[in-house]
This record gives sequence, structure tokens and C-alpha cells, in this order.
Amino acid sequence: MNVVVCVKQIPDPADPGALDPETRTLNRDVKLILDESDSYGVEMALQLVDNAGEGEVRLVSMAPRSERGGLATALAMGAASATLISDDALLGSDALTTAKLLAAAIKDQDVDLVISGSESSDGYTGTVPAQIAGVLGLPSVTAAKAIEVDGDTIKVQRQTDAGYDDVTCSMPCVVSVTAGVVEPRYPSFKGIMAAKNKPVDEKTAADLGFVEDQVGWAGAQQEIVDITDAPQREAGDVIEDDGEAFAKVVEFLEELKII
Amino acid sequence: MTVSKLWVVAEAAEGEVLSTTLELLTKARELADTVECVYAGDDADDLAETLGEYGCETVYQTGDLEGALVGVPLAAAIAEAIEAGDGPDAVLAATTYDGRDTTARLSVLLDRPVITNVVDITLDGETLVGSEPVFGGSTDVQTKFVGDGAQILLVRPKSFTAEPSDGDAAEVEDLDVPDVGSAAGAVITERHVEESEGPKLDEAEIVVSGGRGLGDPESYTMVESLAKSLGGAAGASRAIVDAGWVPYSMQVGQTGKVVKPDVYIACGISGATQHLVGMKGSKHIVAINKDPEAPIFAVADLGIVGDVHKVMPQLIEALKDR
Repeated sequence: MNVVVCVKQIPDPADPGALDPETRTLNRDVKLILDESDSYGVEMALQLVDNAGEGEVRLVSMAPRSERGGLATALAMGAASATLISDDALLGSDALTTAKLLAAAIKDQDVDLVISGSESSDGYTGTVPAQIAGVLGLPSVTAAKAIEVDGDTIKVQRQTDAGYDDVTCSMPCVVSVTAGVVEPRYPSFKGIMAAKNKPVDEKTAADLGFVEDQVGWAGAQQEIVDITDAPQREAGDVIEDDGEAFAKVVEFLEELKII
Repeated sequence: MTVSKLWVVAEAAEGEVLSTTLELLTKARELADTVECVYAGDDADDLAETLGEYGCETVYQTGDLEGALVGVPLAAAIAEAIEAGDGPDAVLAATTYDGRDTTARLSVLLDRPVITNVVDITLDGETLVGSEPVFGGSTDVQTKFVGDGAQILLVRPKSFTAEPSDGDAAEVEDLDVPDVGSAAGAVITERHVEESEGPKLDEAEIVVSGGRGLGDPESYTMVESLAKSLGGAAGASRAIVDAGWVPYSMQVGQTGKVVKPDVYIACGISGATQHLVGMKGSKHIVAINKDPEAPIFAVADLGIVGDVHKVMPQLIEALKDR
């Protein structure tokens, strides 16, 4: 089976950069890495293809400045190839436009399953997977914590507030996975070396059939009107545990009449 | 000026309207002349009184969806109503699994974006402006819709306080669901409820959460017993959920549940931005962590720099006699 995994390359969450007040976009002039939430999707896809005994895992990503740092990681994990959508005109694209571009890069591929994370760690709209499915006219199952292939359907355990639902879905379809579903493998040295020779097909918006006013700021149907500092909590007392600090917590709870 | 007609995506569990729906209805009353609900199911009659009490005039129900995941059919029904001229100018949904699916699908059908992670909504004429926290809540971004067409917002739970308006029971009307073909191929075959003792995590007055600082999965029992002794709920950081120590349903954070308890006790949690987003609305915060530089201390009313393995057992013991 062939699985396409949508991966996002993001600034290291330990050093996320800032909103550029001029362009009102995330300043991404920092090295991009594979979004950790996407490493689960890559791992899941590799396991499914492995179990099927045939097919391959392909990546699709959209990133500025032809960034490939995150793709390199996913290719080193075992994905066969990647499509990278990169174009200066895409700056400022909203989630719907992003989904349309990703869908355009997927639609002509022979694919049984599209996997993505549930939400990115930086933008976290969480709408892109179902939007991709909507554009492609495919069914989707979001928030999957387990996927099992059964002929031409899949069985998914879908997270709910109360527990989980068993969901069956016909293929092809789009599935978004929650973090923690599988243990992402570390790329081996061999994997890292092999990744250098794997094909990365770079596409512009025009290559995918979009004109400039459909994408980026020009195509966005939402705009940022203000950026403000959020009211912050003030830090309270911080004390070093001298063996009796628990008593301070008891005292604090007493004052609040919790106990 | 207000929006003329606004639909809230109503959700219910076990015959009870979700509190997130009531929060949205409360805010919607400020934003629109007419507030109505759309509901995926056939039991809206049972919900009509509560929905009406919070300001919903009419609830449109899809009827029995026979186990289909609700996003696709519900979005198709809303889009069809809008195209027929009977629909709303704006749609509000809560950031739930189904709320996300529904708004994402609707967004494609209407070719309109979704403003997501909204924690406040204001009006600019008839245009809604959503406020969303970024960078772990240090910065708020205000976003508004541009161009014509329905405005779709996905609102984080507990952004508004639900207050009844003493309205009459909502009228119940049927909403036509168009044929969506193979896109509706996802069907629920069985539901599993993971029972947890004590109050629900997102409703509890007291929440005790544990993180990587606990060291090993076995130590999570300290979090559970502390929560139990205070009559609260136990939660977790993403790190230990990802590590498989506790189920995803216990996760507090940006991914996971938003909690606003009276007291939040963070044990061995460093306070990554992704966690802070889910708990910094708590009234009072206590943090126990061995790293004095941990960001969690910046939001804590009381911070204990110490080893959770020493402080927590002492605390549990001290609370035993209460």
C-alpha cells in the first residue's frame, strides 16, 4: 500500500522565534526541524507499509525557502521520497489554502492512505487534515490512536472525550494521528546516508495550478488586525524545599478553604 | 452592529448539552440578533429546553446519522442551508473532535477560512474578530474575516462563562442532509468509555497533574492519591502521555484538555508553553519541581523547588488526617 504523510517543518519549539511585526507572520528565519507531532505519522505509515509487505511512504510538505531539514529526518526514518511545496508567494497562506496546496500535491498520486498529525506544534489550527480530505472528496478520521488495515477498509481507534470509538473507514482516506500512538524510530546512520539520495520534488504554487492571488496574503480571507501582549500571571512565592515545604502547600490549601 | 444570524454547533453527551455549547450560546447572544443551533442527531427535543434557556431560538437537527462521524454530514447540511439562503452569517463551534471536523469540512464547502483557537470574540461592524493566544499565551493575535461569506470560528473550551438568559425552550426543526457520497465513509462501530474515578478532569475544582519529573510511570500513583485526597481529578502533561504512562484523555494542554479549576497542582511539570495554554487560566496554581528555572514557576502562586518524590509523599501523608 502507498501512504502519503503530510509533514510540517517548524522552528525548534525550544526556540520558536517571534511574530514579525512588519509581515505579521511567524519569523521562520531559523533552521526548521520535523514537527515532533508528525514523527508519529511517519512511524505509523512506515509500520503500515511494512505490514502490507508492499508499497512505500511518501512525504508532502510546504515550507519557505526550500527548507528540507525536517524532510531529511523523515526520509532518514524510511520514507521513500518527498514533494516539497515552496514558493515566496505562499507567505501568509491560511490553513485552508495550505490544505488546498497539499491536496493538489497528493491528488495525482496513487495513494491508499493520507496520514497527518492532529495539529502542528506551532500553528495548531488542527483543521488541515479534514480540509485536505474535504478538498480531495475523501472520508477522514481525525484523532486516531491506532490504525489497522483490513482489506480496502481501515479500522481506527478514534480518541473521544470519554475514551475512544472504533471507526471503520473505506480507503482511500485521510487519517490524522494523535501523538504517542507509536514510538517514532530514530534514524539510523544508514538511513541518514540513504536519505541524501532520495528524491525531493520541489513544486511552486504555479506548478500545482494556483495563480498568485489565490495563495499567500493575496488569497487569505482572514487578516491579523492586531497583536497584543496577553495579560500575564504574576509569579508568587517560590521556596526551596527544606524538608518542610509540604507544610506551605497545606497552609496554602487551608487559606483557600480547600481543606 | 451585530451579526444578523449566528449558528452554534451544539453538542451533547448522554442526553446532556455540553458546557462548551452553553458557553458559546452565552457569547453568541452578544454577537447576533438571532442565535440558533445546529445539532447532529435526532434527540434535539431532549436538549431544546436547556438550549433555549441559554438563548437558542431554534435548533436544527440532522436526524439519525447512523454512526457516521458527524463532520462530513453536518458540514454538508450547514453549507446547503447557507447556499439556499436559510443559513447563518456566522458559525461558532467548540474546539472538540467533532467541532474541528465540522468546521474544517464546512470551510472547504464554503471556501472560507476557519479562525481557530479563539478565546475571545469582538465585533467590528458585522465582522467577527477572534482573539487567539500564541507562544503559549504570551501574545494575543486578533484576526478578522475578509471578503463576503460565512464567518467560521472554532472556540477553545472555557473561553466564556455560561450564563442562562431565561429563554423559552428552543423550537426543534429538521435540517436536510444532502448526499455526500463516499466522503461519508467513516462510521463508528463501537464506543468505549474509559471510566475514571472522581470528578471529570475538565470540570473538577481541583486538578493535580504529573509530568516527566515524576521519573517513572509508577510514580504517577502519587498524583492520583493526592488528587483523590483533595477530591480532585488527576491530569498529565503531554510528555508522559506521549510516553504512554497515562491515556490521552488525561492530557492537559494545547493538545488535550483546557482546565480552569480553583486550584491546579503541577507535580514534576516544567511548564512547556503547550502545557501552560491548557492550565494557566486556573484560579490558583501550585508547582512542585526540582528545577528552579522551570517556566511553571513564572505562573505559580506557590512554587516549591524540590523533589516530587520527597514533597508529594509528605503532602499526601499530611492530608490523610483531614
